[in-house]
Amino acid sequence: MSRYRVPGKGRVDAARPVGFTFDGAAYHGLAGDTVASALLANGVHLMGRSFKYHRPRGPVSAGSEEPNALIGTRRGPGRFEPNTRATMQEVWEGLQTTSQNKYPSLRFDIGAVNDAAYMLFSAGFYYKTFKWPQSFWHKVYEPFIRAAAGLGVAPAEEDPDHYASRYLHCDLLIVGAGPAGLAAAVEAAGRGLSVAIVDENAEAGGTLLSEPQAVIDGQKAWDWLAQTLKHLKAAGVRVMTRTTAFGYYHQNMIGLVQKLTDHLAAPSADLPRERLWRVRARQVVLAQGALEKPLIFNGNDRPGVMLAGSAQTYLNRYGVRVGDEAVVVTSHDSAWYAAFDLADAGTRIKAIVDTREKVSEDLLSAARLRGIETRLSHSVTATGGRLRLAHVTVNEVDCGQVREGQRIYCDCLLMSGGWTPSLHLFSHTKGSLQWDADLTTFLPKDTPEDCVIAGAGRGLWGIGAALNDGTEQARAALRALGVEGAGGVHAVDHDRSGSGTTMRELPTDRNPGRAKAFVDYQNDVTAKDLRLAVREGMRSIEHVKRYTTNGMATDQGKMSNINGLNIAADALGKPQPEVGLTTFRPPYTPTSFGAFAGYHRGDHFEVVRKTQIDPWAEEHGAVFENVAQWRRARYFPKPGEDMDAAVRRECAAVRASVGIFDASTLGKIEVVGPDAVEFMNRMYTNPWTKLAPGRCRYGLLLGDDGFIRDDGVIGRLSQDRFHVTTTTGGAARVMNMMEDYLQTEWPDLNVWLTSTTEEWSTVALNGPDAATLLQPFVEGVDLTEDAFPHMSCIECTVAGLPARLFRISFTGEVGFEVNVPAPYGRQLWETLWQAGQRHDICAYGTETMHVLRAEKGYIIVGQDTDGTVTPYDAGMGWAVGKKKPDFVGMRGLARPDLTAEGRKQLVGLLTKDGSKLEEGAQIVFDPDQPIPMKMVGHVTSSYDIGTTERPIALALIEGGHDRMGETVHIPMPDRTIAATITGTVFVDPENARLKIRGESA
Amino acid sequence: MLLIHCPYCDETLPEAEFTYAGQAHIVRARTPSDQTDAEWEEFLFIRENVRGPHFERWRHFHGCGRYFNAVRDTVSDRFLTTYKAGEPRPDLSELEGRA
Ligand SMILES: [Zn+2]
Repeated sequence: MSRYRVPGKGRVDAARPVGFTFDGAAYHGLAGDTVASALLANGVHLMGRSFKYHRPRGPVSAGSEEPNALIGTRRGPGRFEPNTRATMQEVWEGLQTTSQNKYPSLRFDIGAVNDAAYMLFSAGFYYKTFKWPQSFWHKVYEPFIRAAAGLGVAPAEEDPDHYASRYLHCDLLIVGAGPAGLAAAVEAAGRGLSVAIVDENAEAGGTLLSEPQAVIDGQKAWDWLAQTLKHLKAAGVRVMTRTTAFGYYHQNMIGLVQKLTDHLAAPSADLPRERLWRVRARQVVLAQGALEKPLIFNGNDRPGVMLAGSAQTYLNRYGVRVGDEAVVVTSHDSAWYAAFDLADAGTRIKAIVDTREKVSEDLLSAARLRGIETRLSHSVTATGGRLRLAHVTVNEVDCGQVREGQRIYCDCLLMSGGWTPSLHLFSHTKGSLQWDADLTTFLPKDTPEDCVIAGAGRGLWGIGAALNDGTEQARAALRALGVEGAGGVHAVDHDRSGSGTTMRELPTDRNPGRAKAFVDYQNDVTAKDLRLAVREGMRSIEHVKRYTTNGMATDQGKMSNINGLNIAADALGKPQPEVGLTTFRPPYTPTSFGAFAGYHRGDHFEVVRKTQIDPWAEEHGAVFENVAQWRRARYFPKPGEDMDAAVRRECAAVRASVGIFDASTLGKIEVVGPDAVEFMNRMYTNPWTKLAPGRCRYGLLLGDDGFIRDDGVIGRLSQDRFHVTTTTGGAARVMNMMEDYLQTEWPDLNVWLTSTTEEWSTVALNGPDAATLLQPFVEGVDLTEDAFPHMSCIECTVAGLPARLFRISFTGEVGFEVNVPAPYGRQLWETLWQAGQRHDICAYGTETMHVLRAEKGYIIVGQDTDGTVTPYDAGMGWAVGKKKPDFVGMRGLARPDLTAEGRKQLVGLLTKDGSKLEEGAQIVFDPDQPIPMKMVGHVTSSYDIGTTERPIALALIEGGHDRMGETVHIPMPDRTIAATITGTVFVDPENARLKIRGESA
Repeated sequence: MLLIHCPYCDETLPEAEFTYAGQAHIVRARTPSDQTDAEWEEFLFIRENVRGPHFERWRHFHGCGRYFNAVRDTVSDRFLTTYKAGEPRPDLSELEGRA
């Protein structure tokens, strides 16, 4: 066993050694160790390099606030995580860990040259250093910043773990299982309430784990802890460890992340790595305790410099002495106790340096008893040692004068600047804070949430004070729940409540401009940076924070915010409450993306909607595309075909004989009721009153601003029933809009709206042979021009199935859409597919559909329109009912801007050289004008394949309708393409092909 | 996540069941063609940017599907009350202290 391990101390299991690696070297720890405590037990303090200056760093704390000891952890293949806090990661057999921000090695790092180039990186360096010359940006500054930015290395592999999420509704949630939280839980337990208590650590106890000397109600602290936990569990209290309350949201919703496998050597594959809990608690007790403040002095970041309370935790909780020879520097009583504990465990305390003139006689005599030298009114002005602390310089401060320093050799320096209440979650509630001049800290005041804060979180130091406040605050929470608690007082012996003063930078005899006195270790922000920011004009603490990046690292300023505030306030010459504290935001500690994503990953990230015919398409080799949430067959390539070849073949087949298309994804809304026609008249631009049952009409839907929102063919099945179709992506939006108008503008209309998109499977047949193919299967109507002309609809029987049959076309060919109850979609499809073989039937996808419709100039809303296009702009004024008293968008169409000259209008484009244009390409009238050119429109649709002889395009162009035959230019990176403006219909402008052939209609 | 009371279901339910639907009490004129350009502009585009109680519409989308009105304090993000569409604006002075 290493000489730093103290037999009989700590809660680690001496009988269970655990092997792990750090930067490839093998180490042994004990079960119960963290990576930090295990490395410290091996005498290793150097655990990483800092972010900006690549300075060597070791752990400064023993908890989740750790800014320095960030490591990469590997838990087997694919399971790599950067920036894990070594102070939180538990060791297990086989764990592999690595240090960060070092090149080529932790002990020798080239980036440490940044440390010498300090002036380059001082406050605001991003804003100052890299601003000139501009040409340096791309080649020098940006690559440098990109290489330097970020902590650790992002994992390259997909995360093989899975993550769970759950809800919890409880009466009382207690955050923090230290003395205050445990006392609160005891007060609430057994009263018929559902109570949960959570703690981020591997075991409950908080401060009690670091202070075994305390005696609570006559029991040793650890015995009291064990018995209390047993009692709470027996009383039905949910005790959750390794569980971080990372955010406090509205109306008492608290987010928890429970870590389930990171501490296990061989977790079951069924076990999620983490579980996200969304807790809704009627009352919350925040018992998060307090964080120790570092002291600010030159060289306060050298490995071996550590918070005194953390050294005490390493000793008492993990049985590890953090060094052989220690100096203690403090402005608070608590560090003296840490010194005594270490001295009693065999570490030589070479001096206790206290900035105060006076400390209590009890402390002085306890130091004398152990033979410890004490130096009051002293300061530390420097530290030395290359990769580990070797000596400190201690100076007497006499009436404000810093005397000459004296070097003391030591291998660790334990510091304490006092304690700061942990107000993070309280701040998330928008709770207000109140400055306490005596404690020199902010304390919680009011919160709009149903929560109380207990113990050290509101500035009460000591185990006794925390226990009794926990009871008291829980009682208040219970009262709010209508339950009377028992109250009572815990008696604590050997308690260590103490007091202290708050320091800014420690007094120094050196040039403060050369001091490297770190305030924010993780972002490498020094006291000098903060003062520089104020000198350069930053007045608000929020500006100082952003200019220096103080408190903006992954530790969210847990250690640095209050020290930063004290220094900034001093530099500004204002009291701290006037300067104010920066806002804490969730998450309290870094939280994995996996936890937030939960089950919503891979196939479950988003719903994929599939039609009944989708499996057939898959079996027949379809290439799919996503349209809104639908998966749609894009084209059906034959062996050896690329998309262009497949689409060319599919287009030709539709125009030559017949094509079959799955149109099931079209949105469908059933509009029913005595006022259905009135409702349709008001919603759509078109007139509906005279549309006879059995007939269809193309409907255009506008917003009240006059712009096109959606379109689709609408069939009137009877006087009071319309079958409305919408675009695939617009179905939900249209339904929402219809409901909005119906519920809130026209509640007097007697109409029912039902979304029927998934009620129907829709098979479209298009082509000259469509009627011949379909006729034998249809009962109830003859598919002739006379009996069932274009734009007819009927409820009939098709292939023995109840059907709604529409004669409509989105290709320019004779077209039918057969709607049958959804489950029969594939049956109908296969029936028609079989029968179609003698017509060379061809299954086609959305790409062919797009080409064929563009050849006919049929628009796609959202592609050829962009939310600023009116029916007139689109050349569809014919769809607007001129005689109607009102419809949605009618008044909008009369707005001055919508009737003005020079609006962008939809036209066709044919390139002079026969090349294909790019969709989205910008259009100009004069290609020779100086840059920036005046852009007059853009290409909305473009295809070079299909059944036309040359590529075609649709475009929105200023005043386009009056520019037929004119030439426009499309500048591209390599050349400028000239194109002629044409009408939008490229195929069969007379619509002759819409008629069933072989008949005299 | 907020908790929202649906006045139709008479249940207080998580925000995820609801969708926001803009400022409330904006009435579409019975005869829009009588509206001046300025009036129609006001109806279409001009919205309040309140610091404090805001009258707004919500829809119980994953529930009863009804649109209803609410008063929400934009500072505290608290709902002061919700009420059915068509009901008059509540008196703000009676809602004070609920935030
Ligand atoms: Zn409802």
